[in-house]
Amino acid sequence: MNNVANDKKKFYISGFFVTLFLAGVVSFYASSSPDGLEKVADKIGFIDTAKDSALAKGPLADYGVKGIENERLSVGVAGIIGVLATGAVSTGLFFVVRRKSN
Amino acid sequence: MHIPDGFIDIPTSTAFAVLSSAGVALSLKGAKSSLDEKTAPLAGLTATFIFAVQMLNFPVAAGTSGHLLGGALAAVLVGPYAASLALTVVLLMQGLLFADGGLTAIGLNVFNMSIIGVWVGYFAFNLAKRALPKKKASIAIAALIGGFISVPAAAIGFVIEYAIGGTATFSVSAVASAMIGTHVLIGIGEGLITFFAVSAVMASRSDLVYGYKKEVNSLETRSV
Repeated sequence: MNNVANDKKKFYISGFFVTLFLAGVVSFYASSSPDGLEKVADKIGFIDTAKDSALAKGPLADYGVKGIENERLSVGVAGIIGVLATGAVSTGLFFVVRRKSN
Repeated sequence: MHIPDGFIDIPTSTAFAVLSSAGVALSLKGAKSSLDEKTAPLAGLTATFIFAVQMLNFPVAAGTSGHLLGGALAAVLVGPYAASLALTVVLLMQGLLFADGGLTAIGLNVFNMSIIGVWVGYFAFNLAKRALPKKKASIAIAALIGGFISVPAAAIGFVIEYAIGGTATFSVSAVASAMIGTHVLIGIGEGLITFFAVSAVMASRSDLVYGYKKEVNSLETRSV
């Protein structure tokens, strides 16, 4: 029983660290080309109808931390904040909606 | 794939926000039967992983990139209802914290990625699983197929929204063929990432994988 619990813990801890690594480090190397939708909008000609999000001036807008000049650090910290926030909100939500064991 | 504000008019965006809210409400109900103490943390990790991997745009064709949507991946790992919720949390975080995807477009994006992407991906996964040999290894291959199909399906969601309420007047068929063509390519990347992620979980904790264990204990079924 203890082994199973340990196993599970190991799985979640390593999964979480992989996730942190992807958002915090690998994200810097992501392609900055426009994505599929942007590219299509540009090619067809309606890219100009896009408006900035009302939150476009937010402190984390566009996956960068306002005030951090170093780009690698800026996207990495933004990614880590996103992972922590998504992890907290989603895990909290799933624990609330889950079936209660009886 | 994240629609910014302005592409689709406000009435259409609002209508889709209503539709998406209904989808989220249904998912909240449905997720109850598929999530328990054991799988709730996996659902949280899945959402978090999808957030991270959505940051990792990969190049597809000249000057175009794509990233994982994750709908099929989440559906295979935690079931379609919890998957819809996971994707919705990711989209809300992206829209609210990172200004990725418009605020008025949030219902459109949830509809395309959290609902169409998840359910079409899940449906394709199930069809493929039925067609493949009844082996453990088939799960990741079926997931690859589900992932591949889910991306052009979500792109078609955008085309429908554009057809109903696009603010530009370019022909729907031009938008449709460009969207589908590009997203078939992105779907290949989606399929591969989905394959590797599902394989990794299957290798270490196959007992947690919804799309696999459903087979094993098919006692608990549609109680929604």
